[in-house]
Amino acid sequence: MNSLVSVHNELYDFAAVRQQFPVLQQQIKGHPLVYFDNAATTQKPLSVINALLTYYSNYNANIHRGIHSLAEQATAAFEQTRDTVKQFINASEREEIIFTSGATESINLVAQTWGRQNIHEGDEILVSEMEHHSNFVPWFMLAREKKAVVKVIPVTEEGALRMDVFDELISAKTKLVAIVHVSNAMGVVNPVEKIIRKAHEVGALVLVDGAQSSVHLNIDVQMLECDFFAFSAHKVYGPTGVGVLYGKHSLLQSMPPYKGGGEMIKEVSIDGISYNDLPYKFEAGTPNIADVIAFQAALEFVNEVGKMAICTHETNLLKHAQQALSTIDGLTILGRSSEKISVVSFVVEGVHPQDIGILLDNKGIAVRTGHHCAQPLMKCLNIPGTTRASFAMYNTLQEVDVFVEALKKSVKLLR
Amino acid sequence: MNKVATIADIEKDIVESFSLFDSWDEKYEYIIELGKKLPPVPEQYREEIFKVKGCQSTVWLGAEYIGGRVVFYGDSDAVIVKGLISLLMQVLSNQTPQDIIEARLGFLGEIGMMNHLAQTRSNGLVAMVKQMKNYALAFKLKS
Repeated sequence: MNSLVSVHNELYDFAAVRQQFPVLQQQIKGHPLVYFDNAATTQKPLSVINALLTYYSNYNANIHRGIHSLAEQATAAFEQTRDTVKQFINASEREEIIFTSGATESINLVAQTWGRQNIHEGDEILVSEMEHHSNFVPWFMLAREKKAVVKVIPVTEEGALRMDVFDELISAKTKLVAIVHVSNAMGVVNPVEKIIRKAHEVGALVLVDGAQSSVHLNIDVQMLECDFFAFSAHKVYGPTGVGVLYGKHSLLQSMPPYKGGGEMIKEVSIDGISYNDLPYKFEAGTPNIADVIAFQAALEFVNEVGKMAICTHETNLLKHAQQALSTIDGLTILGRSSEKISVVSFVVEGVHPQDIGILLDNKGIAVRTGHHCAQPLMKCLNIPGTTRASFAMYNTLQEVDVFVEALKKSVKLLR
Repeated sequence: MNKVATIADIEKDIVESFSLFDSWDEKYEYIIELGKKLPPVPEQYREEIFKVKGCQSTVWLGAEYIGGRVVFYGDSDAVIVKGLISLLMQVLSNQTPQDIIEARLGFLGEIGMMNHLAQTRSNGLVAMVKQMKNYALAFKLKS
C-alpha cells in the first residue's frame, strides 16, 4: 500500500485513499455522495471488505478448539488482531485486550463485573454532562441496583468540562470516573490525563470512553494510565459488531466473568466451574470471528496512511468548515473550545435540524441531525438537537465547500 | 350545503399537482411552503398528550368532532414535517370517521414521499397517520 503515502507535499495521496472506499464512488439522488457522518460510523476500505470475503471464502472455522488447518488459520488471524489492537493503543499485554460487540458492550461489561463487585451503597460514580448515553445509562443502572450515587460534571457554554466542579465533586467516596475522551456531539477533547491523575489520587478508577477518540488521536493507555478504555471497530474504518475493552491486567484478573458459556471456562463439572484465563474469561461463546479478523485490516490501513497525517488533514477540514459556516447568519457552532477534532456541530436560528438534514440529503450530503444520544448535553445547552458534520481521512476541502453552499441554500429556503 | 370532496378526489388532486414538479427541489419547496402556511395549532393542543412521538421533531396533533366530521389541528417545530401534516390534513380533515379509518392514503407513495424519506422519517409519517386514524376511531365509538 505504499502508493497511499504521497511523496509530494500532500499529507497523503487523497485520491488514492478515496479510491480504496467503494461506497464513496456513488451518486445519491443525482449528486456525488458527500459522507459527513463519520462520527456515527466510518466507511470501510477495500482491504477490510476483502478480508471478510477471504475469511468466508477460504478459512471459515470456529476458533481456539479445532485442531484442523482451517481452525488453526482462523485462530491465528483472530489472535493477530489482538496483537495489532494492543499496539494500536499501546497496551502492555495482549491479555488486556478483550473483544466485545462494541464500545457500549465494553462499558456494560465493566459496569456488570467490576461495578457489581466493587460499587456499594453510598459510593459515587462520576460522569460528565457530555457523555453518550452508552456511558451514562450503564452507571445509572448500576447505581440504582447498588444504591450508589452518580454525580455529573457539568459543561460550560463553550462546551468544555467544568474542571473546577470536577475538583469539588471528586472525593474519597468516588470509586469510578467514567469519562468520554472526545465528545461525539461537539468534538471537544477532554483533559483526561488530568482527570485520571486526580482520580487516582483519591483511589478512584477511570474508564475512558474512546469511541470517538480512537480513530483521531494517538492512544497510549500506558501513558494515560487509564484503568479501562473502550472503543468500537466500526468507527475506526473496521466492521460493525466488534468492540474493544482494554483493562489493566490486575483489574481484569480480579473481575468475575461477564457471560457464561463456551470458551470462558477451563473446566465444567456438576460440582463446580473453573474459569479460563484472560482474555478468554470475558469472551464467552463463538466470537465475531470474521469481523475481528477484518478489523486487523482496518488498523493496518490507518497505520499505513498515518494517524498524525490523518489528524492534520481532518483539522484542516474542521478549520475550513468552521470558518465557512461562521459566514451564515444566525448559525452557532457548539463547542467553541480550541481543543476540538473532526466534528462541527451547529444550530441555525429559526431552522430545525431535521429540515436541514432532509434538504442536505436531497443533495447527496450525509450529516447527522438530532440529539446524538447525548440528551443531557442538549438539555444543558437548551436545544432540541444539532446538525453535525464529522470528517474522516477521505473527505476533501471541496466537499466542505459543497456542503456549506448546500446548507446556505437550505437555510434560505427554510427561513 | 357544499358537497365535501371525497378522500379519493383530494388524493387524486395532490398526485396531479405533484406530477407538475420536475425535481425533488421543487417538491420540497412546495412542502416547505405548505408548512409555512399552516396556522399554528390552538394553544390547548400544545400539551404533552397531543404530541406524536417521533425521533427528531415534535409533532402536535389535535382533533374535534363537528357535525359528524373530524377536524384536525396539526403542527410541528420542523417545517417539512409541518408541510406533510398539512398534506394529510387536506386529505383527512373534514371527513367522516369511517372514511378516515378506511383511507389507504396511496398518494403518499405516488408522490414519492414514502420512498424519498428515510425510514426513521417515514416512521414519523406512519405515526401521524396512525394517530389521525385513532382519533377517527375514538369519535366513531363515541357517537
